[in-house]
Amino acid sequence: MDALGGVAASQASLRRFLHGLPGVDEAGAVARAGMLASRSVKTDAKRQAIDLAISMIDLTTLEGQDTPGKVAALCAKARNPGFGAPKVAAVCVYPDMVEVAAPLLAGSGIKVASVATAFPSGRAALDVKLADVKSAVAAGADEVDMVIDRGAFLSGRYLSVYDEIVAVRGACQGTHLKVILETGELGTLDNVRRASWLAMLAGADFIKTSTGKVAPAATLPVTMVMLEAVRDWREATGGGPAGGQMVGVKPAGGIRTTKDAVRYIVLVHETAGDDWLTARYFRLGASSLLNDLLMQRDRMATGRYSGPDYVTVD
Amino acid sequence: MRFDYAPAPESRSVVTLRDSYGLFIGGQFVSGSSVFKTVSPATEEVLAEVTQAGPEDVDRAVAAARHAYERTWSVMPGRERGKYLFRVARLIQERARELAVLETLDNGKPIRESRDVDIPLAAAHFFYHAGWADKLSYAGFGPAPRPLGVAGQVIPWNFPLLMLAWKIAPALACGNTVVLKPAETTPLTALVFAEICQQADLPPGVVNVVTGDGATGHCLVAHPGIDKVAFTGSTEVGKEIARICAVSGQRLTLELGGKAANIVFDDAPVDQAVEGIVNGIFFNQGHVCCAGSRLLVQESIADELLESLKRRMGQLRLGDPLDKNTDIGAVNSRAQLERIEAFAESGEEEGAQRWSVQCPLPDRGFWFPPTVFTGVSQAHRIAQEEIFGPVLSVLTFRTPDEAIAKANNTPYGLSAGVWTEKGSLILSMASKLRAGVVWANTFNRFDPSSPFGGYKESGFGREGGRHGLEAYLDVLGGSDV
Repeated sequence: MDALGGVAASQASLRRFLHGLPGVDEAGAVARAGMLASRSVKTDAKRQAIDLAISMIDLTTLEGQDTPGKVAALCAKARNPGFGAPKVAAVCVYPDMVEVAAPLLAGSGIKVASVATAFPSGRAALDVKLADVKSAVAAGADEVDMVIDRGAFLSGRYLSVYDEIVAVRGACQGTHLKVILETGELGTLDNVRRASWLAMLAGADFIKTSTGKVAPAATLPVTMVMLEAVRDWREATGGGPAGGQMVGVKPAGGIRTTKDAVRYIVLVHETAGDDWLTARYFRLGASSLLNDLLMQRDRMATGRYSGPDYVTVD
Repeated sequence: MRFDYAPAPESRSVVTLRDSYGLFIGGQFVSGSSVFKTVSPATEEVLAEVTQAGPEDVDRAVAAARHAYERTWSVMPGRERGKYLFRVARLIQERARELAVLETLDNGKPIRESRDVDIPLAAAHFFYHAGWADKLSYAGFGPAPRPLGVAGQVIPWNFPLLMLAWKIAPALACGNTVVLKPAETTPLTALVFAEICQQADLPPGVVNVVTGDGATGHCLVAHPGIDKVAFTGSTEVGKEIARICAVSGQRLTLELGGKAANIVFDDAPVDQAVEGIVNGIFFNQGHVCCAGSRLLVQESIADELLESLKRRMGQLRLGDPLDKNTDIGAVNSRAQLERIEAFAESGEEEGAQRWSVQCPLPDRGFWFPPTVFTGVSQAHRIAQEEIFGPVLSVLTFRTPDEAIAKANNTPYGLSAGVWTEKGSLILSMASKLRAGVVWANTFNRFDPSSPFGGYKESGFGREGGRHGLEAYLDVLGGSDV
């Protein structure tokens, strides 16, 4: 039974529910996100936003050329970004690199996140995907970032997508589950809203925009629609600060500058609200972003911009 | 984690205010007999002294405009007029920051709006009409449409520079010269515009600016040397002007009040509808003639929509208009604030339920919190009369026919909004709403190519687009009919 009392009981009822969600007017959503992007975040607010952003980063490397050396360097950076900055939230790697990252991050409070389920395309049989998840969990992953079956979603087989998320959640055995919607392949904001609710119904701890392997990756309007979904989900599951389930949101891919990161924080602040401004409920999937945040942090602290030679490249 | 924006005030240093401003007549700033002060409504600080134009000053301005019309502007080829208008448009862009800060100081509107809406749109109106200047033969008013002569134009205080652009750009493009009277409380950007006319080497007398109160405006519209009167403002004053022009036979266009219905159906895109409602009534503190001041919401979703609306209203940031993150600025004048307060009291007395955003109001200046009245019926004053402030009246309906009946049940007819995901419903509503502008799944969107104007007591004539040219061309064939 799902949290809303059985809307996912059948393909027909799930379809009715998802298609009964209020539509998203694309022009209006883009305009609203654009207006929020023009918020002016200066001085103390900027300092606060930079540290928040650093603490919410899932520092990521997802390349075919990843090696134990590369992952070890990233873990060192995660533990000690420099400039007295807070540590990041997690390091995100492929499943086979979890065994490298886990011991290096043990005791640091930094989570090990692993992509899984035939990332990034998700094109594999269910048992292969589940084996992928189990191997990541067995190697010590604290968090699993799965991808949904976009083919099934786009052909309207919502229950199939739902069942798969439920199965992955089972395989996670309590490990934190982030569900990647790959919004760049969903085409419309209506679909983003439906996929968000679908993932939350199936028990996602987080909904995540993108793999980073498809363009466009994270965008402000898409993330805004997902933030509206988690806000409404909290209302639908009991409402108010006292009750209601809080699901996290993770935009990932294409977030490279401090300005980008600050815009996402503004979006959270004015859409879902400040309850989400913690690594528990909001993450930024990124790699080069961290160095830009560090350079800006240093500039805010000293009044001078030191440049890229003064941050470590890992 | 609590997060909030630090103060981010736009610098005032881009604006150099003079202590006093004269009248702009015949290409020069000239002094007049008496002066009045213009204040910042956010702080009540005196910004400058401005000249009160008397009857002789208006005479001089009309004579200068007549001279320029006959000797220069009406006989200049359209392509040459276009060049001047393009130059003016570019100068507005170049001085955009200065104009935005000045507009915010004098009017009280948030800098975000003057920066992102008022000034860019004002420039866009000049660019758009510059393009028409040499193409009037193709506008559908005959092979060589003639201008009307000297236009007397009186504009309101809610969008000072933008309303100036709506008036002056089409008039000049069509070959008319103008005498413009800006609103008493917001004369400053019109005076900087006069400087821009000098900077653009616009021939003297083509644009004249006479500042003053209602007496100056009366003088101007009643002046026998005027061929055309254009007014934007209250319906009450509009009727008075219509009486004057009925006797004198001057051409007239009026853009007056409104009490727009913003109609939300149960299948609306809810989050965008909430944004549209907020933008519809709280944009520019509700000082908008086409504001969506009546929310008509389908009864089946009324409760949840109102909850979302109140949550969203709770996020509105009211305060220093120069702060770049301010959403709601100051009410333009003490008189307007008192008017809004009186309406809010009448709403409570007549039995509607009032809900206002709980935000601290600054100690100085004129402020009113974003307010929504529920349980409003058509019989209430707040459902019938134009408040011209951040006050929304919420009514419900059951069927599309009832929505149409309630939306049209007003002496006004300037604008309306329809929110639904169903395209056929949008089209059928748009064909039945008696309003000059109908927005579908958006609100308060403006474009120089789109004609704007009203039905019924919201006025007549259109501004913008090809239709707007008609107001400044002799389409009847003989300027002395």
